[in-house]
Amino acid sequence: MIDYNSIIPQKIRDIQPSGIRRFFDIAQQVQGVISLSIGEPDFKTPWAARREAINILEKGRTAYTANAGLIELRRVISEYLHKFIHTEYCPDSEIIVTVGGSEAIDMAIRALVDDGDEVLVPEPSFVCYSPIVSVCGGKPVPIVTKQENNFRLTAKALMEKITPHTKALILPYPNNPTGAVMRRKDLEEIAEVLRGTDIVILSDEIYAEMTYGGEKHVSIAEIDGMRERTIVISGFSKAFAMTGWRLGYAAGPEPIMKQILKLHQYCIMSSPTVSQHAAIAAMTRCRDDVEHMIEEYDMRRRLVVKGFNDMGLTCFEPEGAFYIFPCIKSTGMSSEEFCEKLVHTKKVAVVPGSAFGESGEGYVRVSYAYSVQHLQTALARIGEFIGELEK
Amino acid sequence: MNKLLDLLRQNARLTNAELAAMLGITENEVAKQIKQLESDGIIMGYSAIINEEKADEKGVTAIIEIRVTPIKDQGYDDLAHTIMAYDEVDSVFLMSGSYDLSVTITGTSLRKVALFVSEQLAVLDGVLSTTTHFVLRRYKEKKHLFNEDNFDERSMVSP
Repeated sequence: MIDYNSIIPQKIRDIQPSGIRRFFDIAQQVQGVISLSIGEPDFKTPWAARREAINILEKGRTAYTANAGLIELRRVISEYLHKFIHTEYCPDSEIIVTVGGSEAIDMAIRALVDDGDEVLVPEPSFVCYSPIVSVCGGKPVPIVTKQENNFRLTAKALMEKITPHTKALILPYPNNPTGAVMRRKDLEEIAEVLRGTDIVILSDEIYAEMTYGGEKHVSIAEIDGMRERTIVISGFSKAFAMTGWRLGYAAGPEPIMKQILKLHQYCIMSSPTVSQHAAIAAMTRCRDDVEHMIEEYDMRRRLVVKGFNDMGLTCFEPEGAFYIFPCIKSTGMSSEEFCEKLVHTKKVAVVPGSAFGESGEGYVRVSYAYSVQHLQTALARIGEFIGELEK
Repeated sequence: MNKLLDLLRQNARLTNAELAAMLGITENEVAKQIKQLESDGIIMGYSAIINEEKADEKGVTAIIEIRVTPIKDQGYDDLAHTIMAYDEVDSVFLMSGSYDLSVTITGTSLRKVALFVSEQLAVLDGVLSTTTHFVLRRYKEKKHLFNEDNFDERSMVSP
């Protein structure tokens, strides 16, 4: 009989399953739950992209592509990045098409992190960074972001965590779960701290298109002196509603991308071919669809923020992604307690903030990637829940 | 495009407070704009989108193509006005292409609708010919999808 514990390395056994998952095991046992918990668009992939995939299938173009992805797609991505974040990347040597933004994050961390390296991870944030750093022998170092700073990373908080072992900084903005964004001024301050160091930035900009309130998204790669140390990670899942197509990309300086490409080559070979063709159509022909989706999200965002504020759960105004992150401390409950009670009594599922790091305690993540009607029903139920607590 | 109209087109039951939040304007401003749209005759009324097949299984809808001899100085208006006065008629459009008027009719049976066309519409002065098409199934109407398997296929466990 194999002793599985002894064959699985400690660092793998130590990885905790995602806190989002743990909560869903509870939620799924309750019948008739309506959810405000999903982290993917409710829109269908724009028709032009779907149509292109059908064309490609009909033509039977289903072979592997170049390891880094179709050169046409890399060119399109390069143009897009030039327009969107005003930064130039060479399609031949500085862009790799990956299996979702997730693969890009994994590959970038694996290419950079060695035993004992420290990686700074602002929290609350998406759950994947720290486990990957740990598997690579690195040490994830959380940097707590606070509501009083609109959940932005401040230069001061960053400085306090930098040591001689700091290898990289994860910059996950617009942020899942808080909806926080970094404006140009905030990024200038971060850049000032990093200039003259060897610290690499992994800028996870998967939600970049979903930036609201007039000002557009700014990437740290645009800030003077930062391009040489930044790997921009993004993808098609959120902006183009293409989650299931599994397609993302990484763009960065050639010496790093060259290393990432080796890992990608051995691990993935090449990203899904049909998805890559659809992505070309998405980026070149679906601009109107994207604009429409963003406008919809923005309207829902305002509706849901108002809904929570009206209930007395104060909600910092999120300016990006499609989540809001209301504070539930006034109820006296922990975020897990709040979510469990809410799902049991009112059958509404939201995600405990604690799933996104300790600093998420006292908050819950609410997704507004739902129809207005769905949001109205859920808000009404949460309103009842809060009303009954007060009695 | 007017965003307020767009929202009302999708769901006319949104409250002014909800509309105000979504548009980022005040409730008063919403009320004012709606009043203006109503008095300008841009908003003509508010109605529900009903899946007629479910509401009344026997009910039928037909689209009638009518070819018309236009009358000097009046064009098609005179005949259109006559047709739109019938209660059975839901909509009347003047069309480009191989016929002139498109008329939608609802009735309680195929026979009744067919008789209405042959006895009331076909005999009107100026009508050259009619072609009746019965609606067999509704898939999408006013941007609402009518297929029942339009469920949320997203997994609850996602990032």
